[in-house]
Amino acid sequence: MLGLNSKDQKLFLVVIVVTLLAPFILNPFPENSELAQFNAGYPDLMQRFAIFGIFAIGFNILFGLTGYLSFGHAAFLGVGSYAGVWMLKLLSMNVVPAIIMSVIFAGLFSLLVGFVSLRRSGIYFSILTLAFAQMSFALAYSVLTPITNGETGLQLALDDPRILGVSQIDGSIPPTNFFGLEMRDGFELALGPWVFTLNFGYYLCAVFVLGAFYLSMRIFNSPFGMMLRAIKTNQTRLPYTGMNPKPYTLAAFVISGMYAGLAGGLMVAMDPLAGAERMQWTASGEVVLMTILGGAGTLLGPLLGAGVIKYFENIFSKINDTILYEWFSFMPDGLQDVFVFLIHPFIGKGWHLTLGIMFMLVVIFLPGGVVEGGQRFMRLFKRGDKGSKSSGDAARSASPAE
Amino acid sequence: MGILEISGVNKRFGGLKALDDVNLDIAAGTVHAIIGPNGAGKSTLLNCLVGRLEPDSGSVSFNGHSLLGVKAHQINQFGVSRVFQTPEIFGDLTLLENVMIPAFTKRDGAFKLNAWPSVDGESEVRDQALFYLEEVNLAGKAQVRADEMSRGDKRRLELAMCLIQDPKLLLLDEPTAGMSRADTNDTIDLLKKIGEEFNITKVIIEHDMHVVFSLAKKVSVMAQGTVIVEGAPNEIKGDERVQEAYLGGAHL
Ligand SMILES: Nc1ncnc2c1ncn2[C@@H]1O[C@H](COP(=O)(O)OP(=O)(O)OP(=O)(O)O)[C@@H](O)[C@H]1O
Ligand SMILES: [Mg+2]
Repeated sequence: MLGLNSKDQKLFLVVIVVTLLAPFILNPFPENSELAQFNAGYPDLMQRFAIFGIFAIGFNILFGLTGYLSFGHAAFLGVGSYAGVWMLKLLSMNVVPAIIMSVIFAGLFSLLVGFVSLRRSGIYFSILTLAFAQMSFALAYSVLTPITNGETGLQLALDDPRILGVSQIDGSIPPTNFFGLEMRDGFELALGPWVFTLNFGYYLCAVFVLGAFYLSMRIFNSPFGMMLRAIKTNQTRLPYTGMNPKPYTLAAFVISGMYAGLAGGLMVAMDPLAGAERMQWTASGEVVLMTILGGAGTLLGPLLGAGVIKYFENIFSKINDTILYEWFSFMPDGLQDVFVFLIHPFIGKGWHLTLGIMFMLVVIFLPGGVVEGGQRFMRLFKRGDKGSKSSGDAARSASPAE
Repeated sequence: MGILEISGVNKRFGGLKALDDVNLDIAAGTVHAIIGPNGAGKSTLLNCLVGRLEPDSGSVSFNGHSLLGVKAHQINQFGVSRVFQTPEIFGDLTLLENVMIPAFTKRDGAFKLNAWPSVDGESEVRDQALFYLEEVNLAGKAQVRADEMSRGDKRRLELAMCLIQDPKLLLLDEPTAGMSRADTNDTIDLLKKIGEEFNITKVIIEHDMHVVFSLAKKVSVMAQGTVIVEGAPNEIKGDERVQEAYLGGAHL
């Protein structure tokens, strides 16, 4: 079915169910309970899960399959964002043309960057992509101010022309919509003490992330995907099997650039503004972390990595000392202070530290990322029928990066 | 007229003259051995034929087409395959995938954005790959990762990767280097069998005289970047210059 083998079909089915039920799954704690702060089922964060999931899935097609480590992919996301906002300004508040333009512009830009950067491999390739991204950032920040609105970022304004729509409704900017369905709209569903938010914006992102995931599965299982994995494994052999590696890596680069553009387009569809900081090297580094943390070269890894990092960024960063004191309130005073003192550096603004440690632990002990962790965990339970379904998996989830 | 004609090829590495006016004519349908001591320039010559190195001067032509300045993958698409002195395979992929890749490039050319269909659906290519794995006695390990195999198995795998392309010319760089006697004999038998089944012109670079005399119809001896003697194996055996090149000729 769907051109997938039975194992991938199951995986896809699980991803579909989890994605569609995310507003429920991510809100396990009742609204007024103390643990409610760990709920991630609010629209803004769920949209980010999906959007960065798409970004990482695309990045993984380049990095996970070919092993080419780009440090500049945020530039494509940024270009996509700017293109998207311009479509919203000039054409219509319907997000569809904005998203399409985002993908096209990011694709064209990645074609240019890829063409130049792929003249080198290894660290030199990474440096070239980094240089391109920093250049784009600098351009967006200053030189191209007429297009990007520089420091302030590109926003909608009350006097936007918007040929196929209206500039303003009752003195305010109209909301982004999908053929009339407003992205910020949705339902609130209260079930006893639980409150779930079903947001249209999230569900649009969900449809795209599922499409993006499906396409990446097709690519992974195709002859094209096999060629990309061959590139990662042995560059010396390739030309002597009659294959020209250049267009293959370039195609992978452009595809992943278009994924980044789609992510950028969805970002502005949810929240119509674009800033230069989206292109900064930290943003490029983040998608690398996501992919490696989840498991480079695996199907599910990038999605998981994006989820973990965005969860930390949004949830861990909100925990502060007051909350900690509440948690440890059952302890005697002195001990309470000690515990809060010990944990303090890892929460709130210190979430980066937690993430860094987690990243190191994963790279050292689980080079295959969260996915490898999961596989090992499953194997503990399935000792009985060991070995039977090994090789295909092993090849796919093999060593992350040089 | 030879299928491969090499004339006046020179190649320098800095001050070292690795190839010095090499002339060689490989007749179609033969097994031609190139022998010579370490550093004679054999691998360098082979690399000049497949687009890995560009000769400083001279000409190389295959079936009447010049190979100078032609990209390695194009030369392969013309029908020239090679095995490396140390096996070059796709270590992270399974043996089956290793052999399917050259089958795809043979069918689809140097590049095709074949990203939608599934490899599982390509039963024709897979059957073909299994057939060639069978030919080199590796069918049982089709699902094993290539890196997990012995050196000898890797060489046989590389051979299968070449054979599946149905090349017109096959270049083998020391196919038995570092092998035990028994493995060497297996390889000789395998190459003989392949020679009977497929009509492929072969150039074999070899140290081991036993291999050369078992397989080759014609032998060229290289020393210090030039071909010093050429002839049938029997003529070569007794030649003084060859003995000399091999420093007393202990292994002749
Ligand atoms: N890329 C290179 N750069 C510099 N020198 C090289 C290079 N490749 C080969 N050489 C030198 O050229 C000479 C010929 O090397 P080549 O590998 O062709 O010898 P060979 O006949 O294949 O020897 P062997 O039997 O050891 O494989 C050697 O002296 C070698 O050191
Ligand atoms: Mg050599």
